[in-house]
Amino acid sequence: MELLEWTALELSAKIKTGEIKARDAVLAALERIEAGEGIYHCYITVDAEGALRRAEEVQRRMDGGELSGPLSGVPVAVKDNICTEGLLTTCASKMLGNFVPAYSAEAVRRLEEAGAVILGKTNMDEFAMGSTTETSAYGETRNPWDIGRVPGGSSGGSAAAVAAEECFLALGSDTGGSIRQPAAFCGVVGIKPTYGTVSRYGLVAYGSSLDQIGPIGRNVSDCAAMLEVITSYDKKDSTSINREDTDFTAALTDDVEGMRIGLPKDYMGDGLDREVREAVLEAANVLAGRGALVEEFDLGLAEYAIPAYYTIASAEASSNLERFDGVKYGYRAAEYEGLHSMYKRSRSEGFGPEVKRRIMLGSFVLSSGYYDAYYLKALKVKALIKKAFDEAFAKYDLILGPAAPTTAPVLGESLADPLQMYLGDIYTVSANLAGLPGISIPCGKNSEGLPIGLQMMGDCFQEKKMIRAAYAYEKARGTFGRPTLASGTDGAGRGVCAEGEGGKKSGKTI
Amino acid sequence: MGKRYETVIGLEVHVELATKTKIFCGCPAAFGGAPNTHVCPVCTGMPGTLPVLNKKVLEYAVAVGLAANCKISEYCKFDRKNYFYPDNPQNYQISQLYLPICTDGGVEIETEAGKKTVGIHEIHMEEDAGKLIHDEWEDCSLVDYNRSGVPLLEIVSRPDMRNAEEVIAYLEKLRMMIQYLGASDCKLQEGSMRADVNLSVREEGAEKYGTRTEMKNLNSFRAIRRAIEGERERQMELLEAGGRVIQETRRWDDNKGESYAMRSKEDAKDYRYFPDPDLPPIVIDKAWLEEMKKAQPEFRPEKIKRYQKEYDIPDYDIEIITASKRMADIFEETVERCGQPKKVSNWLMVETLRLLKENGMEPEDIRFSPENLAKLIKMTDAKEINSSVAKEVFEAMFDRNADPEKYVEEQGLKTVNDESALREAVEKVIAGNPKSVEDYRNGKEKAIGFLVGQTMKEMKGKADPGEVNKLLREWLQEMKE
Repeated sequence: MELLEWTALELSAKIKTGEIKARDAVLAALERIEAGEGIYHCYITVDAEGALRRAEEVQRRMDGGELSGPLSGVPVAVKDNICTEGLLTTCASKMLGNFVPAYSAEAVRRLEEAGAVILGKTNMDEFAMGSTTETSAYGETRNPWDIGRVPGGSSGGSAAAVAAEECFLALGSDTGGSIRQPAAFCGVVGIKPTYGTVSRYGLVAYGSSLDQIGPIGRNVSDCAAMLEVITSYDKKDSTSINREDTDFTAALTDDVEGMRIGLPKDYMGDGLDREVREAVLEAANVLAGRGALVEEFDLGLAEYAIPAYYTIASAEASSNLERFDGVKYGYRAAEYEGLHSMYKRSRSEGFGPEVKRRIMLGSFVLSSGYYDAYYLKALKVKALIKKAFDEAFAKYDLILGPAAPTTAPVLGESLADPLQMYLGDIYTVSANLAGLPGISIPCGKNSEGLPIGLQMMGDCFQEKKMIRAAYAYEKARGTFGRPTLASGTDGAGRGVCAEGEGGKKSGKTI
Repeated sequence: MGKRYETVIGLEVHVELATKTKIFCGCPAAFGGAPNTHVCPVCTGMPGTLPVLNKKVLEYAVAVGLAANCKISEYCKFDRKNYFYPDNPQNYQISQLYLPICTDGGVEIETEAGKKTVGIHEIHMEEDAGKLIHDEWEDCSLVDYNRSGVPLLEIVSRPDMRNAEEVIAYLEKLRMMIQYLGASDCKLQEGSMRADVNLSVREEGAEKYGTRTEMKNLNSFRAIRRAIEGERERQMELLEAGGRVIQETRRWDDNKGESYAMRSKEDAKDYRYFPDPDLPPIVIDKAWLEEMKKAQPEFRPEKIKRYQKEYDIPDYDIEIITASKRMADIFEETVERCGQPKKVSNWLMVETLRLLKENGMEPEDIRFSPENLAKLIKMTDAKEINSSVAKEVFEAMFDRNADPEKYVEEQGLKTVNDESALREAVEKVIAGNPKSVEDYRNGKEKAIGFLVGQTMKEMKGKADPGEVNKLLREWLQEMKE
């Protein structure tokens, strides 16, 4: 299936020249989904019928000369916490098992306007809470590089779908690393833009002050093209920023000469896997070899990022998730007596354990008597972290480091120890707290053949610098390679879409 | 009762703002509509939707704050107040706790005891909730989100009031001020103005405040007055009997004339307030604030002074007309069109007030336009219609803002200036009423009134009575000679 190995930009170029039709690309992706889903379970919902219909429409518009952008005809996947009009949007929760939005997220609207064809909705940690995609109510997603391992999370379905060639590009969301970490584990590229760059309208909120939608793709160019399409100033989102300098693809130049790159010692010490450390240092050498000025420095405050992040994100989540109450939409318990019992039972039955844990944590840190000691203190830490980054970016154009302390863990390992799982977000949460853009890009494999992710962070609104360096690194690194893709059913006898409620919905047009 | 007690009262007043759209979405904020027709994904709390502040709400909040002599915060924020109830689709209300838009103001009130200032602690913006309808027949509850997201201002006074008179005067003052700003129609009955009364009593001369209660569900000035008297009595009796007042929220039942406890402070909810991350802080621009200050309208005290200077109408009329911004607007716009302030004032003071009272309406409900009132006055001046016809026309205007020219035309009410028709009628009346003619000739002046009435009847009301009178006298004079 050569077609599926193309990048999104290669594909759209071939559709444009008429070499292939948009429909062929969708059919190939659907075929791959059919073959791979029994094993990987990247999707919660596959909208085959809708995608084929859309492909025809896009083809007509392309033939008529109305559409010519770089995403025209490209089959894409959308994380299931991003609303799609008329298409089931579950957030991987039983709570929204029946929720079909009457509106599309602004990012989705822009993708469709640009001619991308949505194949379906990808699996994720329930309400984006988790780092492994194992907290999904519809079963876990497996890592295409090793199906005994997690794809990371929370955008694990999107990252795995790109890696398993079940789509060309995907939308993810990143609150504390949920794009960058699964991209690292799955050997693909993921970008978390500056806060306010992509409209949050239609993204089901987890931690509103931290959430950003971003692209996951095969390489830097595909991601830059997708980011360019979804970036917009949206009046429906009061935190949206009207920014210039959003022609991200213009930054795809192979040039890091003179770029100042800082490598925080804080990110290279205890707790970092030896092989990951070596791969990141090697990547730094590659960039230095291309003319960048790389040096180590003390960023500071790194150990406070995790507690501050979990305090703020949980606090906001506890409030954001209050609307899921069984009254208006979503899950309502079958039996209850009176209003409070209805609330209690619907929420107890509708939410999974990780979501409940964070709601309780968030409610606690906001409750009277604890607000100052926890929530307010976390906001102060957040401000200090931002300041530390401001100081760092006075000296450096970019900050380099690992995307995660390890490679992908084995299934089941992380959930047994949530605190350990939280600590795995150590390198990614700071970008969310400080609002910075970050990119994760594959920088090698460990001795077991698992991908390792390199993270670059830029100052606010400096995506172009980040994209330029990532592109230059990618060029110098050379082809990363693809996982050996499996098809059919795995040893556990997982048939296509046989497991979980979400699985049952696969393949149907809603 | 041996001891003398002082009552201490503070008010929390909610005012529904008269914006066209809701506070955080584009849905109409208008009252009414079939259930769940003024709604969208934002005001029904759909996942992924986000609030966007309606700038008009901020303008009204600042305008009211300026009128109430408040400090306008250069930097303010919205906070979420978290509580579960089905009328609130997000299960949190967007309000302001930590940094409200207006603080530290005060308004002057006047009662029989004299003038005093009631302090205003703060004014903040927030969203209204939907409405729950309990269907006891079906044993279920239904929710209508039309009101969800309608903008409110909450005006929190200091505990500066001491009796019901001051409370009513304060509310009247706020209402007048806000109506003059056009920020709300402030109707207690319809709930566009709601007042919660915080009341405590203390021994006269005591420095510390007593324990207070909060009284809700007060839908009229009468209910407020009765609730204050009732709560004052209740608290004093408790203290006299050696008991203590419990800090609690109470609900007033105006039919029974008593209140009952809703919840005490012990089971008060923890609202887990925190800044709403979906709404960036509001930074007030100094130049914009200056513009807002300049745009403040003429309030009632200044208006009264101006009327006394500009218009030759009695002080009593000025008092009544300026008591409603709507009435004052109609007065000024009508005078601008047809002059004659005295005549305009008369229409408002006599016929308008009579019809308002008969229909149980407020001046804010007036439907007729200044344009039509000016036309009516011009038509009577030109003797196109007589005064009794004018009253009939005015009723049609009051009822449905009928155009007086069209109405008179359609109903055929125009005064007949046809001399021959009038002469015919006079002739007929004189011939038919020899007794009255005889009386008049014998000096009974009153008889002319009867003859005028008969002639008007003959003319079906469409004659100018003055003209009829004149003609009759001429005719009778001629007969004499």
